[in-house]
This record gives sequence, structure tokens and C-alpha cells, in this order.
Amino acid sequence: MEALISLAVKAIFVENLALSFFLGMCTFIAVSKKISTAIGLGISVMIVQAITVPANNLILTYLLAPGALGWAGFPEVDLTFLGLISYIGVIAALVQILEMVLDKYFPPLYNALGVFLPLITVNCAILGGSLFMVERDYNFAESVTYGLSSGFGWALAITAMAGVREKLKYSDIPEGLQGLGITFITAGLMALAFMSFSGVKL
Amino acid sequence: MSQTRKEMLVDPLVDNNPITLQVLGICSALAVTSSLQVAFVMSIAVTLVTAFSSMFISMLRNHIPSSIRIIVQMVIIASLVILVDQVLKAYAFEISKTLSVFVGLIITNCIVMGRAEAFAMKNPPVASFIDGIGNGLGYGLILMMVGVIRELFGSGSLFGVTVFETVNNGGWYVPNGLLLLPPSAFFIIGLIIWAFRTWKPDQVEEREYKIQVVGDH
Repeated sequence: MEALISLAVKAIFVENLALSFFLGMCTFIAVSKKISTAIGLGISVMIVQAITVPANNLILTYLLAPGALGWAGFPEVDLTFLGLISYIGVIAALVQILEMVLDKYFPPLYNALGVFLPLITVNCAILGGSLFMVERDYNFAESVTYGLSSGFGWALAITAMAGVREKLKYSDIPEGLQGLGITFITAGLMALAFMSFSGVKL
Repeated sequence: MSQTRKEMLVDPLVDNNPITLQVLGICSALAVTSSLQVAFVMSIAVTLVTAFSSMFISMLRNHIPSSIRIIVQMVIIASLVILVDQVLKAYAFEISKTLSVFVGLIITNCIVMGRAEAFAMKNPPVASFIDGIGNGLGYGLILMMVGVIRELFGSGSLFGVTVFETVNNGGWYVPNGLLLLPPSAFFIIGLIIWAFRTWKPDQVEEREYKIQVVGDH
């Protein structure tokens, strides 16, 4: 249990997907102009991340890993090279299913999140989460924790960013730095701040 | 087709750069720039994937139903990325270890998808191929610029060859450790954007709020 908590803290603060691995940057920059939309997107990313990382973990363990097809009678088959295409397929399919489920059973939530859901398929943070899970050999419990907390970390980062940008638009910025330039520099300063968590150990 | 092929190749380098103007593909770009060699390999990989995926998607563009086009594009891109990944693992294992997940993340690199969606779905294969190369090079250009700054001032070398002898090895240069850390990439990209826009003032974004000038009547 302690290991899981430590993993969660690490994924939220120290190894924040957005600020230390630059994942999901396109949407991070594009959709962080208003706090309310940023929160909406953040929550959708968290939900999708918490579902896809464990799902991909199951796919890896029971279908793709060397010897995983032993139950089907092919003990020496190694399908890990199909990893990338299966993960992205799972992500695209799950996002689609989530969209349909939300539309049918939770219309208010669908109306709030609807526009962001298709964007999430091509959000690198989601695929990145799954790939980190593979690279670091997480087991199922760890992958659930990692999915949930890395999604939360991303949501936290984009919400904070939107907060900064809402204030920033009133300030006097040099012409060439206007918009994209200053956003990058703000993100850099935030990344520096998040790095100070790296001493935290549980 | 109003653009000539040369324009299609050169235009994305500065005038319509995918990173500084279209804000595409920064996702996987910045983390790989702390050493120039890795940035170089990444640029080549992205250029090849963009060019070939644009070409294949453009060949199939009249046969892809628009309702499932995203998934078709994804499959084509993912197959190409798997190819790149396997080649890197076979011939440049060290680099593929450093790039770790970022090779896989070329799939969700917005440049590849963006060019497929915006250009390849409407244009013939050869033009799409050139457009892909151009955009890949535009991406590579920024990546190399960031890579040069970070490696030269962060560890005093270029492509792993020592340029400035660092203090630890008995030289004179005190390396700036900050440049090897993730935040520095943000600062450098921000400054590059500033430089580009000072050079090409028509790329400057409109202010949302004008600051009222008092005095000077």
C-alpha cells in the first residue's frame, strides 16, 4: 500500500506528465485559456487515463507479452511488436465507448465534456501513460494507481496553467512574445516549481 | 495547385513552421532535445513518418469513408512508427533506449495527424510526400536549434564531441546544469518563438486586451 501511495505522489508531482515529460502539450497550450474549460478537459483526461492504462496492462499481460498466449496453446509466441498499434486502438475504442455511454446515461456530463473527448485520442499524455506503464513493468494494481494519479497530475497542471493565463492576458508583454511565446515561458516556470517536489519521498 | 514544389518544401521551415506557428507536435519534441544526437535521430524519424504516412494516406484518400478516416489514418501511422521503432531497436539500440517512449509517441504527434488531415486527404501522393518532408524538416529545424543550445551550454559538447572543456575535466567551462533539465526546453522554445516573430512581424498574435496609452496628446 505504501508503495502505491509513493507511486501516486511521484506520478502527480515529481514526474508530472505535462511539465516534466512534455506530454499532451498541444492541448495543454491550446485549451488552457479559460479555467472552466481546462477543468473539463482535465477531468476527461483523468477518467480516460484511469481506464486505458489498466486496460492496456491487461492486454499486455494476457495477449502480447512473451508467453502470454500460453492459455491459447501458443506458449512461444511474442507479440510485443504489436504493442503500439494495440494500445492506440484500445485508446480510440475506449474514448468512443466512453463518449457513447456518457451521451446515453449522463447527458449533462456529456454536454460539458463532449467537445474534449475526441481530442483525447490524440493526446500524447494518454498514450504516454500506457507506454510508461509498459516500460516500467507495472502490475495491475500499480497501473490503476498510475493511471489515476498521472491523469490527476495532468489535470492539476492544466488547471494551474489556465489560472495563470487568465491573469496574464491583462499584462503588458512584448509584441513578439505575445500569446504562444509567453505561454511557453510560463510553462517553463511552472515546471521549475514542480521540480521542487522531487525531494519528496514517502 | 498554386504552390510550387519548392515552396511546399521551404514554406514550413520558417514562414509556416509547425512548431512555432501551428503549435503542432511539441508534445514529444522537447524531452528529446537535451542531446543533439538524439534530437537528430528523432527529427529524421518524424520526417520519414510524416512523409510516408502523408503519401500512403493520400494514395488511399478516395477510398477512405470519412466517418472512419481517423482510425484508418491512425493504423497507417502506427504501422510506420512500429517500423521505425523496430529499425531503431535493431541498429541503434542505445539511442532507442534514450528515446524510450517518445518513438511510440510519434503516433500521437500532432504534426503527423495534422498534415494527414489538412493536406494529404485533399492532395495527390507526390505533393503530400513533399509536404510531409517539409513539415518534418520544419520540426527538425526547431528541434536541432534547441538541441544545439542545450547540449553546447548544458554539457559543453556537440554530438557528444567536446567543444568547451568543462571544469570537471580540467577545462574552463562551467556547464549550466539547468539546460539539461526539462524546464529549459520551454524557455528556449519561448525565446525562439520570440526571435522568429521579431524577424517576421506578421506572425505576431493579436492582443486580447489593448493597454491604453495615457499622455502623448
